[in-house]
Parts: sequence; C-alpha cells; structure tokens
Amino acid sequence: MTPERKNSRVAALVGLVAVGMVGMAYAAVPLYELFCKVTGYGGTTQRAEVASGEVLDRDMKVRFNASVHRDMPWDFKPIQISQEVKVGEQMLAHYEAFNPTDKTIVGTATFNVTPHKAGEYFAKVDCFCFTEQVLKPGERIDMPVVYFIDPLIAEDPNLDEVSEVTLSYTFFVMEDEKAVQETANSR
Amino acid sequence: MAHENPTGWRRWVYSTNHKDIGVMYLWFSFFAGMIGFAMSGLMRMELAEPGVQFLPEFLGITEDHARHMFNVLTTGHGLIMVFFMVMPALIGGFGNYFVPLMIGAPDMAFPRMNNVSFWLMPPAFILLLLSTVVDGTGSMDGFGGGWTAYAPLSTTGHPGPSMDLAIFSLHVAGASSIMGAINYITTIFNMRAPGMTLHKMPLFSWSILITAFLLVLSLPVLAGAITMLLTDRNFGTTFFDPSGGGDPILFQHLFWFFGHPEVYIMILPAFGIVSHIVSTFSRKPVFGYLGMAYAMAAIGFIGFVVWAHHMYTVGLDVDTKAYFVAATMVIAVPTGVKIFSWIATMWGGSIKYEVPMLYAIAFILLFTVGGVTGVVLSNAGADIVLHDTYYVVAHFHYVLSLGAVFAIFAGLYYWVGKMSGKQYPNFLANVQFWVTFIGVNLIFFPQHFLGLQGMPRRYVDYTDAHAYWNKISSYGYLVTLVGVLLFIVVMAITLFKKKKDCADNPWGEGATTLEWTLSSPPPFHQFNELPKIK
Repeated sequence: MTPERKNSRVAALVGLVAVGMVGMAYAAVPLYELFCKVTGYGGTTQRAEVASGEVLDRDMKVRFNASVHRDMPWDFKPIQISQEVKVGEQMLAHYEAFNPTDKTIVGTATFNVTPHKAGEYFAKVDCFCFTEQVLKPGERIDMPVVYFIDPLIAEDPNLDEVSEVTLSYTFFVMEDEKAVQETANSR
Repeated sequence: MAHENPTGWRRWVYSTNHKDIGVMYLWFSFFAGMIGFAMSGLMRMELAEPGVQFLPEFLGITEDHARHMFNVLTTGHGLIMVFFMVMPALIGGFGNYFVPLMIGAPDMAFPRMNNVSFWLMPPAFILLLLSTVVDGTGSMDGFGGGWTAYAPLSTTGHPGPSMDLAIFSLHVAGASSIMGAINYITTIFNMRAPGMTLHKMPLFSWSILITAFLLVLSLPVLAGAITMLLTDRNFGTTFFDPSGGGDPILFQHLFWFFGHPEVYIMILPAFGIVSHIVSTFSRKPVFGYLGMAYAMAAIGFIGFVVWAHHMYTVGLDVDTKAYFVAATMVIAVPTGVKIFSWIATMWGGSIKYEVPMLYAIAFILLFTVGGVTGVVLSNAGADIVLHDTYYVVAHFHYVLSLGAVFAIFAGLYYWVGKMSGKQYPNFLANVQFWVTFIGVNLIFFPQHFLGLQGMPRRYVDYTDAHAYWNKISSYGYLVTLVGVLLFIVVMAITLFKKKKDCADNPWGEGATTLEWTLSSPPPFHQFNELPKIK
C-alpha cells in the first residue's frame, strides 16, 4: 500500500469515529429517556397494570404538588394535600384543573416524585398524565391518579428512612397548540 | 513533492508547512489570549470592591446592563481561554511545530487539511466576538450564560441571535480541532522515522496523540449537544424542553461528557512539554518513560467516565454519586505517577535553573495545588457546599491558568530559540517569571478562602465580608498585568534581534529529542533523508 493510501485509511477511520460520536450524542436522547424510565432516575415514576396485591404493614405519607408553566393559564391543584397509605395498597387521588380563558387549550403534564430515589417504587396504574388533556373555555375537570407504592421498597436499604413521598405535576401548553393559537391571535 | 519556498502573504495564507502553521497558531493564541486576559481584567476591577461601580462607569452603561455585561465577560473569558488560547497554543502551535520534528517526519500527513484547520480558527473567533455585540437577552447584547451554556438559560433565556453566533463559533472551532486531531493521529501512526517505535517516541508526541484521540471522541458530542440547542432555539425541537418531553439535565450530561475530557485535552500537552523540560535541565532521561506515557493514556481513558462529578447538585442518587466520587479519585493515581516521576527525574540530576525549568517546576508545584483541591472537590459531600463557589474557580485556575498556561510559557522559552534562531534575554525573562508567578498566586490563592467563605462564582457583586480577599485578588491581577507586559517586552527583544544567536542545541546534552539535531531555526523542509533511530 502506498503511504498516501495508508494515510487516507487512518484518516477515514478516525473521521468515521468522529461522525459516530455525533451519532452517539443523538442516540443519548432516547437512551437517556429509556434509562430514566427503567431506573426511576430523577424521580421518574413507574407504570403498572395493577397493584400486586401484597400489602405491607409500613405506613407512608404521599403528598401532592401541582404547578403550571408560566405560559399555562390553567388553574391546577390537588384536591387532597396528602394521603396516608400502606405500602402496596392501591390508592386513588384527585387533581382538578380549570380553564379560565375563553380558548380551548391542550395541556400535557410532566411528573416526578421526590425524593428521586423513590421513583423506582412509585407505580401508577392510571393517570391523567398518560394522555393529553383538553379543556374547553371555562371547563373544570377532575383528574384522577391511581397509584401504589411497590412493596419491593422494603427490600432496598437506601429507602429505609423514606416515610414521605411527594408526587409532583407540572402542566405545559402543548407546543403545537400554542403555535396554532399564536397564528390565530395575530390574524 | 514540490519544494519551492513561497514568500510574502502567500507563504502564510496558502501555507501547508507545519512550522509556519504552528507559528501562526501561536500568534493567534497570543492575540486571543490578550483579549481573554483583558476581559478577566475588567471582571477583576469590578470585583475589587463590593457594589457595582467599575463597569457602569468604565463602559458608560446602566447598572443593570453592567450586571449582564459581567456575565458576558465571564462567558467570553472562559470560551476564549479554552478554545482560542490554550488549545491553539498547546495543540495547534507546539503540536504542529514539534510533533513532525520529534518523530522525524518531513511534515504533517495532510498539509492542506492543516491549512484549513488553522484558517477556520480566525472566523470562529470573529463569530464569538460578534456574539458579544448582538442582541442576547432580548434587551441586552451578548450571551451571559457561562461557557457551559446550560439550557434553559441558553435556549429560552437568551432569545437573541448572540447565542446562535456563539454556537456557530464552537461548531467552526470544533471542526478545526477535529481535522487537526485526524491529522495528528495519521501523522504519528504512519510517519514516524525508521526505528522510532511508539515506545521510543518522545513524551510530547505521546501527549499530542492521546489528546487527539480525546478530541475525536469528545468534541463531536459537544457539536451534537450545541446543535440540539440550536434546533431547540430556532426550529421547535424539545431536546432540553420539558414541555415537549425533553430534559434540561440531558444537556448537562452531554456537555460534561465533552467538558471533562476537554480539561485533559488542555493539560496533557502541558504534561508532555514539562516532561521534556524537566529531563533537559536535569540532564537525565525522564524517570519511568513508559509509566509516563501510559499514565497519560490512563488519565485520558478515565477522563471519559467521570463527567457527572460536575453535576453533584442535580439530584443524582447516592450510589451514582459514590461511583463518580471513586472514579474521580482514581485519576489522582496516574496523575501522581506523573508528578512523582518528574520529581524522580530531577532527583540526583544536574539541575540548571534556566527560565523554562523555572516555569516547569512552578507548573509541577501549582498543578499539584490544583490537583489537591480537585480531590477535595471530587467528594460529593464537600462539593454540595463548594459547588459553584470561588473554591472551584481557584481549583480550575490552578490547574489551567497556572498549570496549562505556565506550560505554554515554559514551552515558549524552551523552544523560542529553536523556532526563531534567537535566544531570549535571560535576566528579563527571569524577572518576567517571578513577577508572573507572584501575580497569579496573588490572584488565585485568596479565591480558595473566598470560596470557603461561600462566595458564589459568576456574580458581579458580593457582601462586605468578602471584600478583603477580593481586593488582594484584584491587586494580584495588576501584578500579573506587569508580568504579561514584561512577557511582550521579552518576546519583542528576542524577535527583533538582528543576529541569530541560538545554537542548534543551546541546552546541552540533556536535550536529546530530534528537533535539537536540526539548525535553529530548522530548515523550511527537514528530514528529506529520514533519520534512523537506534
């Protein structure tokens, strides 16, 4: 092989590595999301079909928090401030949202629990946050959450001192809908 | 192969000669460094006393505007010093000039690509400077979100085009560095002189080889991350926007996956230079040559798996933190190998305290101080308290500003005779060293105290309790300013000399690498007959 060919080959290989690393950066986006879902990282809650049925004799307090992004005009709050639950027991909690504007607004909620390490053991059976929510002008709706705390929490020594978990939601205006509104307003 | 010697502007603009390109990199780094240094001067003058008074008066702007301007200066200072001063000097400058000489090659593997690498830097720098004078926040000019450019301050927090220009600047500078890295890897792998095995290669070439690998693996991740910022800002994507399912923390992960290797990109070539100088002026071969080479490789490798130690406060769980604490502390082992090997090289040597040696010894001392505070900061528990305080500022300035920059000074004094054929004025250079040494320590040592007292970084103002050490630190800047001016005088005296008075090898038997076998300055094209290494 001529020296020129040899050089081009090394350069092409290293160049490919560089391009590959840009690809890795983008691959990190879905991988990071998957990682959070699987490990409960950053307080990401789990999804379950139904509570396992096993109920432990360990009391926990679940507190409810609600907030909205600054562009979101909804009035959004939890009906109950907190609930006393037994680990493993399936519970029902309610939030309420009200649209005080004269426009239909589509919203979507992000959520997590604190302490973050409890995310792995906080399972939701059903939640308003699984789908987009549509509120017509002046509409008020009830938003239920069905959840339980996974009994596996008892086997994790890192969570021994955790007796209180805060479930938190933040509502955002769906981006597409906002764009639609803005163009409608500017006409 | 054409062997003409181009003259005039063509010699520089069309240059494919590794030595000319290296010299241009050094000049570029000098001018960028002066601007970065001036920016830190404005910050230090503002911080000399509590309250916000210097910037409003000096620049004739309102106090609110001055607060933003301070953040713009912090951002600009960081980006310029990292991408446009340290990297061009150590990698583009000394790397281009000396890697081919040391491995016995006639030039770089891809001379034209080398030209492109250099000539991408000035436009990148101009883009960055432009970003400081166009709209940033919507009401004020410039991007003030720090060199880390965390979302959402860099997305929704700065809607103006300033951030976009800064992103383009990093894209262009990054492309330049990646091309440079490809060039170094190919050159070092394929163009070593007969007999020059990797295990006989001088340590500076080793350091550049490892640095080039770090660049290729880490810079594309930054390019990806800032491209995501760009599309989040302008095209409605939501990589870092929770309302669309994104996560701003992801940006921090991507940034530091680049950012941590980046600090080793800046320090490894410095390690290489210091190894040569310590060996030369102790008249002994480097102690533990192979250990030195593989310690750099180990530092480079571990550097990729410790990034989240910059993110202890984002809410990592305790096991994750424990891992990053342990992995970070492991870096102290190969780093210790290097420090002790330098000391062992000096041990029993016939030491000559020439100016490059003074700078190299000062490097070892000050880098160790920065390394020790780094071990302190690697503890997640301690970092919760010290995160984003002046303790961190003091730490990374000890390893970079007093570490990497001292290595640049050391390299300049070591090689200026070789590069120009003219030796520096010895007495004035000694004065320059001592003034700079005292000045920078006066700036940064008190910042440890400020950090421990809880003074946060990137703030334009502070409480009266922090006034004393801030004043000392600002006086330190003035001393350093004298040092920098002296440096310009020393270099001017050297370069304006009429006579070429530097011997082929001015340092004697301790200087054993191939560049000292050539004339000073080396011929325009060297090693037409490849040297044989026994």
